[in-house]
Amino acid sequence: MKTILESIDLEIHKGEIFTFIGPSGSGKTSLLRLIDLLDMPTTGTIMFDGIDTAAPNAVRLSIRRRMAMVFQKPAVLNTTVANNVAFGLKFRDIEKSEIDSRVHEALDIVGLLHLANRKAVTLSGGEMQRVAIARALVTRPEVLLLDEPTANLDPVNTELIENLIRHIHQRFHTTIILSTHDMIQGQRLADRIGVIMNGRIAQIGSLHDIFYRPHGRDIARFVGIDTILKGVVASNDGGLANIAVSNVVLEAITPCKPGTHVALFIRPEEVTIALRDGDHPKTSVRNKLAGTITKMVPFGPFLRVTLDFGSPLTALVTRRSADELSLAVGTNVIAGIKATAIHVLADNG
Amino acid sequence: MSEIVSGFFQAVNLIVTLNPEVMQIAALSLFISLAATVIAATIAIPLGGLIHFHEFRGKRMLIVLIQTLYSVPTVVVGLVLYLLLSRSGPLGIFGLLFTPEGMIVGQTVLIIPILTGLVIASLGGIDRNISDTLISLGATSFQTIVQIVKEARLAILSAVVLGFGRAISEVGVAMMIGGNIRGATRVLTTAIALQTGIGDFPFSIALGLILLLIALVVVIIMNLITSGLSVETQQVLGGPRT
Repeated sequence: MKTILESIDLEIHKGEIFTFIGPSGSGKTSLLRLIDLLDMPTTGTIMFDGIDTAAPNAVRLSIRRRMAMVFQKPAVLNTTVANNVAFGLKFRDIEKSEIDSRVHEALDIVGLLHLANRKAVTLSGGEMQRVAIARALVTRPEVLLLDEPTANLDPVNTELIENLIRHIHQRFHTTIILSTHDMIQGQRLADRIGVIMNGRIAQIGSLHDIFYRPHGRDIARFVGIDTILKGVVASNDGGLANIAVSNVVLEAITPCKPGTHVALFIRPEEVTIALRDGDHPKTSVRNKLAGTITKMVPFGPFLRVTLDFGSPLTALVTRRSADELSLAVGTNVIAGIKATAIHVLADNG
Repeated sequence: MSEIVSGFFQAVNLIVTLNPEVMQIAALSLFISLAATVIAATIAIPLGGLIHFHEFRGKRMLIVLIQTLYSVPTVVVGLVLYLLLSRSGPLGIFGLLFTPEGMIVGQTVLIIPILTGLVIASLGGIDRNISDTLISLGATSFQTIVQIVKEARLAILSAVVLGFGRAISEVGVAMMIGGNIRGATRVLTTAIALQTGIGDFPFSIALGLILLLIALVVVIIMNLITSGLSVETQQVLGGPRT
């Protein structure tokens, strides 16, 4: 037996959008399947609205019927779109006329009314995912679970599905629990985020917490912090500390006492780049690091510029400003980082 | 060569003039094999479902055994059933030996393994995501099973058609349990074997052509099912889904 998830201690509140973020294979799907009562945990307790779900099948069924799940790979049955959407209601023995009107409503919400009589297997991936959402929606679930709802979709369909999720949340106040490996999606949708790493919840918090104050290296890397530096606190004046990194000293905000070994996390978009011999406008930037560009990698409309000041540091620069400064590998530059933009954690490892 | 050619034309003549004996033999063949197929399907579909949807020790072994029985020689089934159904046998009191009913029993036994095996394979071919989806939509275990069987309906139907093909084309059981009694238990395959033996080639060729014709119809139906020509065809063959 392999342990897939452990030490999961988590409460999801009624009416919130909670997003699990983590790399592929970290256990997001397993966790959603447990919540939807598709699988039984080997240990531990899952409570739904105060009811212990480790109960006889009839009880589990009645709880499961208060939820609905949309899977990563939508599976449609070989019948019409409308019939696919109606399944959940048929299983609940709802009257035919009621089923028809609710299927109509759900298809209208997802914008597939015109395809009601099409064979569901002939739909595109995005349309199938919308059928899956309509099918979940039609049962009026209190909790809607979505497992990587846009993982296989193009940007246009992704936006469509995200808007749909927001719309459902606003209109029905459904509690929405979704998983994604896409940080940006988490950012767009979530009230709270739980980061899952290797089957454990590594951090729960607001988007801001996780983006700017990650609890560890793995999370930091996952949320796009490429620069992680090791240093030692040299002095600390009421929270504003001088930290020795390689052969330079950086100012940062931390309660850590002098002598503490720390890790510094710096988001690439917080680093500014200026030419070494240019004019430096007066700014509040405390830390100015002289270095040489070692690598430039395109990143959408940006360039990820890595420079070496004794340690590597990555900055996100727009292509336009890179052109204006004529940045290239070997250019000597000054990198600026605000003291408040450096996240400091005591380094135990 | 001329014998074959003239035999062929006489055979066509027997068919187009609806020769009573030829028609009677063909009708009995169809009746026996269709009845056997219906009974076998009635047993094999729930049985296959039972095996597919339950986990138990030796499940893999059982499936291997069933697959082995796909190719059980028809004469072996004939022999076993003969021993069971003969007057002195344990099932002798039913008096089924040398009756069409006995032949139906024989062909049913013969095709149950292939039907059961193919039903299990058909159900196994349904994506695991489908059953997860159904369960998460609030289906009871019974509702889940019914829906998955419906989803596999085309594959199951082709299994049934294949079973019918095996039933109507076999000789062993028909000969040994039916006894090839003229007007009573004589079917296409046993008649061909006998008439060829006594040199009545036109009659044999006529029956052979009918058998081929039936095989052709079976293949056409199979193709219609598997290619799923149109939604309407599927609904006709698979039953309308409401």
